[in-house]
Amino acid sequence: MPKDKSIKKILLIGSGPIVIGQACEFDYSGAQACKVLRQAGYKVVLVNSNPATIMTDPEMADRTYIEPITPEIVAKIIAKERPDSLLPTLGGQTGLNTAVALAESGVLKKYNVRMLGANLKSIKKAEERDRFKKVMTDIGLEVPKSGFAHTWDEAKKVIEHVGFPAIIRPSYTLGGMGGNIAYNAEEYKEFINWGLGLSPISQVLIEESVVGWKEYELEVMRDKKDNVVIVCSIENLDPMGIHTGDSITVAPAQTLTDKEYQIMRNASLKIIRAIGVETGGSNIQFAVNPENGKLYVIEMNPRVSRSSALASKATGFPIAKIASLLAVGYTLDEIPNDITKKTPACFEPTIDYCVVKWPRFTFEKFPNTNPELTIQMKSVGEAMAIGRTFKESLQKAIRSLEIDRYSLDNRHIKGSLSMFELKKKLRTNCWDKIWYVAEALRRKLPVDEIFTLTKIDPWFLNNIKDIVKFEEKLKHIQDIRQKTKSPLKRSGLKSLGSAVLKKAKEYGFSDKYMASLLGVEEQELRKHRQSLGINAVYKTVDTCGAEFEATTPYLYSTFESDCEANPTDKRKVIILGGGPNRIGQGIEFDYCCVHAAFALKEIGVESIMVNCNPETVSTDYDTSDRLYFEPLTFEDVISIVEKEKPDGVIVQFGGQTPLKLAVPLEKAGVKIIGTSPDSIERAEDRKRFNKLVEKLKLRQPFSGTATTYKQTVKIAERLGFPLLIRPSFVLGGRAMRIVYDPQELKACVEEAIEVSGKHPILIDKFLDDATELDVDAICDGKKVVIGGIMEHIEEAGVHSGDSACSLPPVSISKKILAEIERQTKLLALELKVKGLINIQFAVKDEQLYILEVNPRASRTIPFVSKSIGVPLAKLAAKIMTGMTLDELQFTEQVHRSHFAVKEAVFPFLKFPGIDTLLGPEMLSTGEVMGISDDFGIAFAKSQIAAGNTLPASGNVFLSVKDADKPRAVEVARRLHAMGFKIIATKGTCIELIKNNIPSQFVLKITEGRPNIVDSIINDEIDLIINTTIGKQSIKDSFSIRRNALDKQVPYVTTIRGALAVAKAIEALKQRKVDVKPIQLYYRQKGK
Amino acid sequence: MKAILLLEDGTVFKGTSFGAKGQKCGEVVFNTAMTGYQEILTDPSYNEQIITMTYPLIGNYGTNNADTESRKSFARGFIVKENCDYPSNWRNKQSLSDYLKANNIVGLEGIDTRALVRHIRTAGAMRGIISSTEFGITSLKKKLQKYPGLVGRDIVKDVTVGKPYDWDKGVIDVLKGEEIKPPKKYKVVAFDFGMKLNILRLLRSHGCDVYVVPADTSAKDVLARKPDGVFFSNGPGDPAPVSYAVETVRKLLGKVPIFGICLGHQILALALGAKTYKLKFGHRGANHPVKNLKTKKIEITSQNHGFCVDMDSLDEKAVGLTHLNLNDNTVEGIRCKDKPAFSVQYHPEASPGPHDSNYLFDDFIKLMDKS
Repeated sequence: MPKDKSIKKILLIGSGPIVIGQACEFDYSGAQACKVLRQAGYKVVLVNSNPATIMTDPEMADRTYIEPITPEIVAKIIAKERPDSLLPTLGGQTGLNTAVALAESGVLKKYNVRMLGANLKSIKKAEERDRFKKVMTDIGLEVPKSGFAHTWDEAKKVIEHVGFPAIIRPSYTLGGMGGNIAYNAEEYKEFINWGLGLSPISQVLIEESVVGWKEYELEVMRDKKDNVVIVCSIENLDPMGIHTGDSITVAPAQTLTDKEYQIMRNASLKIIRAIGVETGGSNIQFAVNPENGKLYVIEMNPRVSRSSALASKATGFPIAKIASLLAVGYTLDEIPNDITKKTPACFEPTIDYCVVKWPRFTFEKFPNTNPELTIQMKSVGEAMAIGRTFKESLQKAIRSLEIDRYSLDNRHIKGSLSMFELKKKLRTNCWDKIWYVAEALRRKLPVDEIFTLTKIDPWFLNNIKDIVKFEEKLKHIQDIRQKTKSPLKRSGLKSLGSAVLKKAKEYGFSDKYMASLLGVEEQELRKHRQSLGINAVYKTVDTCGAEFEATTPYLYSTFESDCEANPTDKRKVIILGGGPNRIGQGIEFDYCCVHAAFALKEIGVESIMVNCNPETVSTDYDTSDRLYFEPLTFEDVISIVEKEKPDGVIVQFGGQTPLKLAVPLEKAGVKIIGTSPDSIERAEDRKRFNKLVEKLKLRQPFSGTATTYKQTVKIAERLGFPLLIRPSFVLGGRAMRIVYDPQELKACVEEAIEVSGKHPILIDKFLDDATELDVDAICDGKKVVIGGIMEHIEEAGVHSGDSACSLPPVSISKKILAEIERQTKLLALELKVKGLINIQFAVKDEQLYILEVNPRASRTIPFVSKSIGVPLAKLAAKIMTGMTLDELQFTEQVHRSHFAVKEAVFPFLKFPGIDTLLGPEMLSTGEVMGISDDFGIAFAKSQIAAGNTLPASGNVFLSVKDADKPRAVEVARRLHAMGFKIIATKGTCIELIKNNIPSQFVLKITEGRPNIVDSIINDEIDLIINTTIGKQSIKDSFSIRRNALDKQVPYVTTIRGALAVAKAIEALKQRKVDVKPIQLYYRQKGK
Repeated sequence: MKAILLLEDGTVFKGTSFGAKGQKCGEVVFNTAMTGYQEILTDPSYNEQIITMTYPLIGNYGTNNADTESRKSFARGFIVKENCDYPSNWRNKQSLSDYLKANNIVGLEGIDTRALVRHIRTAGAMRGIISSTEFGITSLKKKLQKYPGLVGRDIVKDVTVGKPYDWDKGVIDVLKGEEIKPPKKYKVVAFDFGMKLNILRLLRSHGCDVYVVPADTSAKDVLARKPDGVFFSNGPGDPAPVSYAVETVRKLLGKVPIFGICLGHQILALALGAKTYKLKFGHRGANHPVKNLKTKKIEITSQNHGFCVDMDSLDEKAVGLTHLNLNDNTVEGIRCKDKPAFSVQYHPEASPGPHDSNYLFDDFIKLMDKS
């Protein structure tokens, strides 16, 4: 059945900003969909609010709307574009929910748009618990026992057939909030009452808990002719009870006999048919009782999911691409397998390696939250590793995570940890449990007992035991070496023979860890290893277990005899990617790496990508000429360099990860292209940077460095408060604090010294109430062109990644802008930048200060590129290969007439108990962009896209610190003029009344009842403006912010943000929110 | 403990021994299925073959008493990347290594199996000797040279049953433990060329009263039992020298409904005047796409064959092509146009592999109903 010719124009809905549970995997799937649908001759209209995506590049779709993904906005786009079809299954849960809302509200019917892939009925069957359960029972499959309750009496009845332990899920709470596991009647009553209170419709689902069962996933594909294939099976190392996104998972399934696997396969076929997903991919989760094989169906996602991305990367079978083709009528037998070219996509991939996926957590960012893993996802990214055995993949996955761990060693475990405490650790679901498992094995706890404590299948435990035992062997060699009297033997690695070393490498041990075990430098061990002829070889991911020849070089390393890399002798460049997503380093850097690959392709240079993040576009085998799916450590990268012998390596696009490798790689003789590692260091090293600023006669805030509290006090006396205290050599503003008075100083300094380790801490004079600016520029060593100047909405002191910003700036004088341009050029040329440079400035009292210089791709590159319509990263990559800005015809800053506003998106809701206040430590996971010819509308769009729905009327709560009072008056005046009722705490209230703005007085939490928190809980507040200063005030107002978040009341914690919000509400009231594709914005020239 | 594999072209793979000790010659082949090693090991079609598993981690779930496909294993050797000595599965009874020992199969682990597979893929399936008792290349080479290989030899006689017998076991539901055993409605004579037990189980579960006979049973003896249908099973090696069976099929054609699988399919084709040839490295795995040319639907199939029916040799007037392999467009199924007989090259009985093609057993029942 060839393609459906009645389809002409397809609307694709993206997944919006990166949040926990919905990350770059949907850029990967959406980008594949755009590409393949356009190749098939369809017009594609795309909507996605996330500018840091490849899919929103202007050439990816015919019409690209970087607009908020809400049913209202998408309805406007439909009215304007009149697509005949909507593909709802590639944009994650956001895309699916929006499509459902459009179908239910009648918009799709009104404009005659049909849903491709899955229709409303099948989506509902899969997503609604009751219906799903009924369908499963009808086809003879079992689901965990469950029931709904609206009262305690009902709940009592439900538990009779469900039994303990029971999972309680309140209905319709955001992000699974209020979900709990009750082990006894007492807990049950407590959780039921709590859940009923939380649920807006007073309903809870009570479900039989299968905690401790084995968890499996199958990726299923179906076409119009009802051909169904299983793309991949996944076995979770972590048992049921931990969200699959937070679990270590392995592909393919390891411990199922063929009989059991076929039962699961047959069930999957039945399910996809019964639910009625017509075409495309689905993910089905199963729980298996390890004692008797009993099988439960847990859930089904009737769409491309995070697991689909993983399955695609794990097998080489591009699920999203094929799902798109199936949606428009092709059948599996008509689509060729990209990797073999000769065989069709209608088959089930078979793999001859083992894949391990490991989640990446950032609990260190949220010290006040419980780091236990539960049924609600908490990880922010993941790494995937491919090896020939589970042991090899496991160890590769660990070093792919970049958490400064290279093995299962016990460096992070207190030696004094008692067996009792260790067992307790094994019982709790901490993120680093595997290290405790290894420790337990080291202490000779039997596998059976560890299984009882952890419910991790003994197969995994025994594999880990193999690793631990081998580690002991290596340690033993070291012991013998130290005892020997012969100096020759002691100094060399002679005692480490070829057989042991070969085996160690096959087990996945890193050079770095082995070197540390043997008390030698990594380089020494490496040399010794190579002298024995033990080198990494590369194998191909080919979908077929080598049965057919693969034409796509998608490679991974292992230690065996046969190498399939076959490097070419073309001109080539290696691009180092960014590794797993984390807060501070995410999709923005992957976007840059992908652009580098595209750029190289355009100029005929072979692009070689190295990365280990399965969610990304960069690890699509289509993106670069050659793909190495490998950890980004020195050892793994240098092996590839030695094999490929590239003309250069690009390190400045993947964030800190590859940047950290720049110096060691250069020392090893690798050619780093673009800005030199020395220049990068000159900007990062505090002392050298100070000299640079002095040399250029520029200004930066007064500062000092200290290693003790005493020194800090002295500096504080000299600089005066407020101060910005931070450790050196950290990422994303870790442990960075602003201190307003001597009382707070001590605690902050102690924390910073601890985080900083050997390095001194940095103390800056904090520019209170300054305006912060970000500049991205491009330089070829001779010429500098500004990409964009962004003005932060929040005042200086909020991390630039967390701050909203506007391009162009809205309140900066021409004189300052000219000065920014001058200084940017000066710095870029002085640092001999070849590529991108990002500079952060602050303006206070018409005085410009330099805060930071980063001669590399910054987080804002995609935002700037999307705003001005110029692919800066692509240009920079070309410059690195030797081209000039003149040759690239980018010689002047591009000015546009529209405003683009970037807003950050935060994961607060997922972490109960943490404060939502913004500060110098970055906490956001993603970003959105609002674009309009009017600033107010652009800002409003950014807020809507970020999920902060601005009220048009109602009650505003206002409580601000003293310094903000003058501006608070202006904010209140504007809001009052629009008919808002102002409610304020004492000080603010008096100030407003003094200025003739009517305002109602409300108690602070510390002042008695009823207070402001009562009002929030009682749904009496529609907008919260709350600015604070000092520890006490922050503590006092914490529950305001937290309750605002939990009750989904929009809140602002900076006064400048409040002003922007007031202006945005004005704009929304005066003007219509229009939608316009970016392709049209780029036709407009600015002043 | 060392073990070694020497190929006829001189290529050597050195690894570690597991399972039984010894040395054996056979044709070196590979299977790409990720599950089902026990079924593969006990499939008599692997007689005189040394099996390499492409999936590197084998033995993970051990072995049990239920997942066997014949009375014993006929494989000559078993090669894996990493054998697992700590199996984990609720049905596990014995580790793979112990199972190989008990069945006297020589195992080799720790070699670059992907390199071996790529070598076979490029150079074609070839003879090899696996040894864990002797490692001298010259001596092994001499032994290997004496081994004649599969082409032109009847190796069915080594695996077929000695005496006829009645079969009365149905398929057992793994989770519930229930045996599917409807009343017997059809008398079926099943030729054992090296039959997988799951074929027998499925026939019984489809209501067949099954009588298993040796490969050289005559047509006269079969017809004397007045069967409703005759089944020709899978089996090892080259179909051409099994001429006595080809002759039997020829005599039965048109007299009784016939269903053939794998070697049974090739023998039916030969009886219909077609030719067979040896594939470069065969089809062995559980993921091969086969298109049913009547329904146009795709089945993911379990496969295990080194020889194949030549499509050009099919007599278009008498035989219709019913199933096609989408990977290499080879013949996967045929049906007589004017006689009640059909056959498939692949394995609808699965075990291991997908159950997509179980419907062929229903087709056999329908054919018997019609005749």
